[in-house]
Amino acid sequence: MPVNDLYRSYRLSWFGQPGESSDVALMSRVSLSRNFARLPFPNRADMKQLATVQNMANSVFADIEAAVGQEFDAIGLDGLTEMERRVLEEKELVSREMLDSTQYRSAYISADRRVSILVNEEDHLRIQCMAPGLDLTAPFAAASRIDDAIEAKLDMAFDEKMGYLTSSPTNLGTGLRAEVMLHLPGLAYTRNINSVASTAQQLGILVQGGGSKDNEAAGHFFEATNQMTLGCTEAGLLETLTGAVKEIIAHERRARKALLLYSKERLEDAVWRAYGILCYARSLGEKEVEELVSKVRLGIDLGLLDAIPSAGCADLLLASRPEYIKNLSGNENLSPPEIDRQRAVMVRRVLADLRQEGTA
Amino acid sequence: MLCDDCHKNEAHIHIRQVSPEGSFDKNLCEQCAAKYGGFLGQPGTENLTVHDLLKGIFGSLPRPKAEEETAVPGLACPNCGMTYQDFVRSGRIGCGVCYDTFREQMAPLLTRIHGSRTHSGKIPRRSGGVLVTRHEIAVLKEKLEAAVKREEYEKAARYRDEIRALEQQLAAEKKEAADHAGQ
Repeated sequence: MPVNDLYRSYRLSWFGQPGESSDVALMSRVSLSRNFARLPFPNRADMKQLATVQNMANSVFADIEAAVGQEFDAIGLDGLTEMERRVLEEKELVSREMLDSTQYRSAYISADRRVSILVNEEDHLRIQCMAPGLDLTAPFAAASRIDDAIEAKLDMAFDEKMGYLTSSPTNLGTGLRAEVMLHLPGLAYTRNINSVASTAQQLGILVQGGGSKDNEAAGHFFEATNQMTLGCTEAGLLETLTGAVKEIIAHERRARKALLLYSKERLEDAVWRAYGILCYARSLGEKEVEELVSKVRLGIDLGLLDAIPSAGCADLLLASRPEYIKNLSGNENLSPPEIDRQRAVMVRRVLADLRQEGTA
Repeated sequence: MLCDDCHKNEAHIHIRQVSPEGSFDKNLCEQCAAKYGGFLGQPGTENLTVHDLLKGIFGSLPRPKAEEETAVPGLACPNCGMTYQDFVRSGRIGCGVCYDTFREQMAPLLTRIHGSRTHSGKIPRRSGGVLVTRHEIAVLKEKLEAAVKREEYEKAARYRDEIRALEQQLAAEKKEAADHAGQ
């Protein structure tokens, strides 16, 4: 896949595409934080040390490719335009932290875009693997293979008692963060989100708004992640999260059923209205699109609307991100109203493509 | 960076509050941070200093004053030069060696963040040959116990033999390691 595609495509094979329980779970991600032994962590390393880390990472690049069985793009953030960097950040293939100082920071991104290895982020390496739906097993297996391939050649910062040593003590031990993105309109409309979130917290799982960047639950998108990384095995952490998420999914489905039973007509109307606005509006805000897409997606999942495939909703979300739009138009200085107009154009274009895919 | 609350003083303290509604981050000066003292679990201490406060945030248990003064301020990481104060200020660790240097100070913090101080997950094969064997033994011992509970004595005997073999291997590799393994 050409690198250019990274910035211009509005589809990610791991986001909102069909998978296990993908009526509720949009994607799963597992990341492992790792550091090379003895070298200071990136926040305390000087340029020379950052360069050393970069070189060490480069030295195992071929091993990583072999472990995953795919070609990777090695993308130095230094060599990108500001807009391109931000598009990668919007797609969560790099982190915001890396955009502040880009020297010797890079991302190795696999051909299918499901693996992104960040070099000199918060830690020397962050191995992130993604999958659609609720599936932590495959990403964890991939991340572990990569980890094994790297540590076969290079020494990692590890302590017998404390496990893998990380820049932030909150990642210490396994260095493992697992995350599942959930679409929970049913629980939100029936006002059950808070009780779900507080129950999950007792299991060491954080459930928080996970729509666009502003950390608000626009469109009722939420992220469930593990809070602890030390004192538990990797398998144990993943099991707890998967178990809790499955429970949340069951609740969400029940809530949707109840909605359908008690207010089907109102819901149907709201869903089609949302679809209508997406089809015909001439100016759309980012948050607005998230809310509308959320309704359309709920409508598709409940069988109230079949104009587009459910996976198309993720395309709409990705195509309406501001940096993506700016980069596509090649204009860094688009004003917010211009972006909103451009966004409406993009949304109509994606919808047209989706309808065509549906009939083809 | 200025304090997020009063916008006057330099911010020295970073606070993250996690609640069911989500989390928020704040950079605060000493005075403003003191107002958040309520949830630091140190009721009754009026004039909180930065040090006391961060001890609260970073979960250190109260210690005798004398030990604190001698042990903490002079301590710096021999590898990257980070001091305990640097850590307290930034909340970030400098390098892998820091964890060893500040092991004692970190322990309560880890308990508070993770509810545990001891790693029980993956061990790198390369850096931890002895560790891997030791870990295998621990796993086998768990299995042995479970087998005994289920009264599956044949299995238990097999686990026992495997443990013995591994322990001998360990003893051969490293005499002192055998002590730990026998614990």
